[in-house]
Amino acid sequence: MASYRTFGRRALLAGPLLLPLGARVVSAAPAATPVTPALVDAATKEGKVTYYTAMDLSVAEPMAKAFEARYPGIKVTVERSGAERVFSRIGQEMGSRIYRVDVVNSSDAAHFIYWKRQEWLAPFVSTEMARDLPAEMVDADGMFCNQRTHLSTIAYNSRLISPEDAPKGFMDLLQPKYRGKLVKGHPGYSGTIMTATQQISRELGWSYFEKLAKQKVLQVQSATEPPKRLEAGERAVAVDGSDYLFWMARERGLPIEVVLAVEGTPQISNPMGVFKTAPNPNAARLLVSWIMSAEGQSFIVNLSGQYAANRQVKPKPGRPLLSQVKTFKEDPAAVEQQADQIKAQYAKYFKV
Amino acid sequence: MMAASTSYPTHPFDVSRPVLVIVAALLAVMIVLPMGWLMVYAFSTKDGQATLGNFVTLFTDPSFFDPLVTTLSISVSVSVICCAVAAPMGWLVARTDMPLSRTVRTLVMASLVTPPFVGAVAWEMLAAPNSGLLNQLWRLISGAPSDEALFDIYTLEGLIFAISCYTFPYVFILVANALDRMPGELEDASSMLGAGTWATARRITVPLALPTLLAGALVAFLQALNLFGSPAILAIPAGFHTLTTKIWSLFQFPPKPELAAAAALPLLILTVALLRAQALVLGRRGYAVLGGKYGAPRLIRLGLWRWPAVGLALFVLSLPLFLPYAALLNTAFSRVSSQLLTAETFTLHNLVFTFWELSSTMPALENTFLLATATATLGGLLALLIAYIVARRAMVGHRVLAFLATAPLAIPGIVLGVGLFLAYTRPPLTLYGTLWILLIAFVTIELPAAYQQLGSAFHSVHPELEEAGRMLGATRLRTLKDITAPLLRSAAIATWCFIFVGVVRELSAAVVLFTSETKVLSVLIFDLKESGDVGAIAVLSLTMIVLTTIVIVIANRIGGSVRLTSRVAG
Repeated sequence: MASYRTFGRRALLAGPLLLPLGARVVSAAPAATPVTPALVDAATKEGKVTYYTAMDLSVAEPMAKAFEARYPGIKVTVERSGAERVFSRIGQEMGSRIYRVDVVNSSDAAHFIYWKRQEWLAPFVSTEMARDLPAEMVDADGMFCNQRTHLSTIAYNSRLISPEDAPKGFMDLLQPKYRGKLVKGHPGYSGTIMTATQQISRELGWSYFEKLAKQKVLQVQSATEPPKRLEAGERAVAVDGSDYLFWMARERGLPIEVVLAVEGTPQISNPMGVFKTAPNPNAARLLVSWIMSAEGQSFIVNLSGQYAANRQVKPKPGRPLLSQVKTFKEDPAAVEQQADQIKAQYAKYFKV
Repeated sequence: MMAASTSYPTHPFDVSRPVLVIVAALLAVMIVLPMGWLMVYAFSTKDGQATLGNFVTLFTDPSFFDPLVTTLSISVSVSVICCAVAAPMGWLVARTDMPLSRTVRTLVMASLVTPPFVGAVAWEMLAAPNSGLLNQLWRLISGAPSDEALFDIYTLEGLIFAISCYTFPYVFILVANALDRMPGELEDASSMLGAGTWATARRITVPLALPTLLAGALVAFLQALNLFGSPAILAIPAGFHTLTTKIWSLFQFPPKPELAAAAALPLLILTVALLRAQALVLGRRGYAVLGGKYGAPRLIRLGLWRWPAVGLALFVLSLPLFLPYAALLNTAFSRVSSQLLTAETFTLHNLVFTFWELSSTMPALENTFLLATATATLGGLLALLIAYIVARRAMVGHRVLAFLATAPLAIPGIVLGVGLFLAYTRPPLTLYGTLWILLIAFVTIELPAAYQQLGSAFHSVHPELEEAGRMLGATRLRTLKDITAPLLRSAAIATWCFIFVGVVRELSAAVVLFTSETKVLSVLIFDLKESGDVGAIAVLSLTMIVLTTIVIVIANRIGGSVRLTSRVAG
């Protein structure tokens, strides 16, 4: 195998994606590992890698195929479900000493606090990652890095609702005219929604959810489903959901408009790490280093327009710049502490 | 029998004891151990202390109590609806000269092959309030505004409807079979004594069929009570839980197996109680079939009502079959599931995505067909062995075997899943994460029905035939092979198919027991539902049905040629 390709691209200004991933900025990070032909050989010998993720399959599977094309002979199995279910699954599997997960990627950054504390993660930082990722994108001990960032936005189907009638923010959604017209994801299944629920309840108070629950909301599970319900015209307004899917549907010509709420928009980082017990440790490291490389990150950005962690990669044209979006502050530590409480409170209002 | 045992003196030792021990041990692994752990957990705290606290929570916390009440009201409604639909249909098919009655029977069987959760997803495509195809059609015809809907599948009523669609076939089959077997002489006597067609139906046919109908009502009640897939798909969007979805949600992190076990117990107890009731009701059915040789039942002439009757039957069948499959086909090949398929909206994207991009498709297909084949074969053999031992009273303790083989009927799939999870995530048998735990679950779930089918088949082969074989010097095994087996072949193949279909559509135990490497098709479809990928769901569901149908057709080809002989001999 040829040695790992280096990128001569212009170093572009990455948006100030300040994420609270590394607790300590000055870190005892492990020495960066170069992607050597030996690593590629070892990975190819393993021949496969299992990637647990919450990213929508329309992005995750093509990304896996791109990796397979880049490193022939390594098959990627994508295990996708809502991040909270990924978390339960891994907990159950580790509890039963079933070591299946190689690389994990969650839309609930709090999960990595837990996994790191359990000492389930293996440190890994490639030389390219050390060079191209801003320090706040990598865990201080190199246990995980932020694969990408996305938003949980409001959106509406412009065939069902005119722009004048569209909500401008969260509080608008409580108006009687939206009753029976809303669809929303669930924090018990989706990491995006869990993260967003923590931020919104902090910023707007739980009373917002209490009132929202009275709006006859169609309750779906994953944050990837509200965009699909909006596409199908099942509901006019999505209360939340992964922004990149709204945009991708819009770019396919569907009548979908994204609303950046006046109150602010929940921001979701998507950390990724290698498990210590990975059955394919070399392929796992190769996959992580490729996804975080300018090539992997460009693939994600070109396809889905999510916000890259790698500063070499330009944002997708036509999308709002992250730096210009009024976002809520992410607080994974609080999510980790409050997750159970959030689920219980949510179930109290929404009954499921 | 005595002659047989003396005629075979060279048999060195009695195989019946080890066989009994092995079969009993197998059943213990499958049933006693998981249920034992379920009990232990239900009465334990997180730290393993004895407690009744889980039950206090269960009956005082509204988030548990409400699902219990909801589940009961769903089950009662489903049971009533199924009887109201299945009884007239069964009667039309079995006792009248309605045209196409064979086709109607076959189609009802076909709707039984459809997994209820696939049906629920298809009904979302049809009757979601805004994007549902039927609602769009209604708005087109009536000119109603875009936010008005005729149907809303995301309601308690919608869920009851969706469950009924895939439960009424059970009642239909029971009723139709009972009416098939009902002696025509009784009705003939009634008409000879001067009663008209309708009076005979009312005074003779209905009372004779009533016990079966009651049994059918119980079967429908139990199906609805223990169903997981349809509620998981329709109840959560509607904003309520049933007991099974609640149990499932208790496996979210941090898992609460104690509460799940406690919540599973009411399901278990209710099921056992109802099965006892069913046994009582069915036990009285005997009088309907007494009376030696009797003629084929007399068909009632419907006259002008023949075609409306067919129309009604086909309308009923459109609900579990024609409409859902049309919706699945539409979704599989169109860009947006809520738009009708036209040349412009046609796409192969879903097909390409499912088979070339989705990395779980092939492993799930392989796991499913491997497990279905293995379960059908091993479960069929086990059922055959038990049925033989019980039917021929071949060894002491056969009653225990009969009980154990029927017991799983009382264990709802999700409860069995929870029990197996608790029993086999620990040494000495750490089976969780392997296909073995799924195999055990599926064999256990399918065993009662398989045993009952084969048991009644054994009863139809008179022991005389076997005894003749043994008197002529054949061993018990040889007799089985040369005499009994050929006679049972078609029943065995039917049972094999039955188990195969049952495994392919099983979700409730699998959803608790799968790991990423042991994912089956039903779980994959369920996962895709979570992310709303209906296109892939449609493709996978149709694939599942097509492959299942192919397997059944092939199996019947193999078995078909011998059916006639078995009838004659039996």
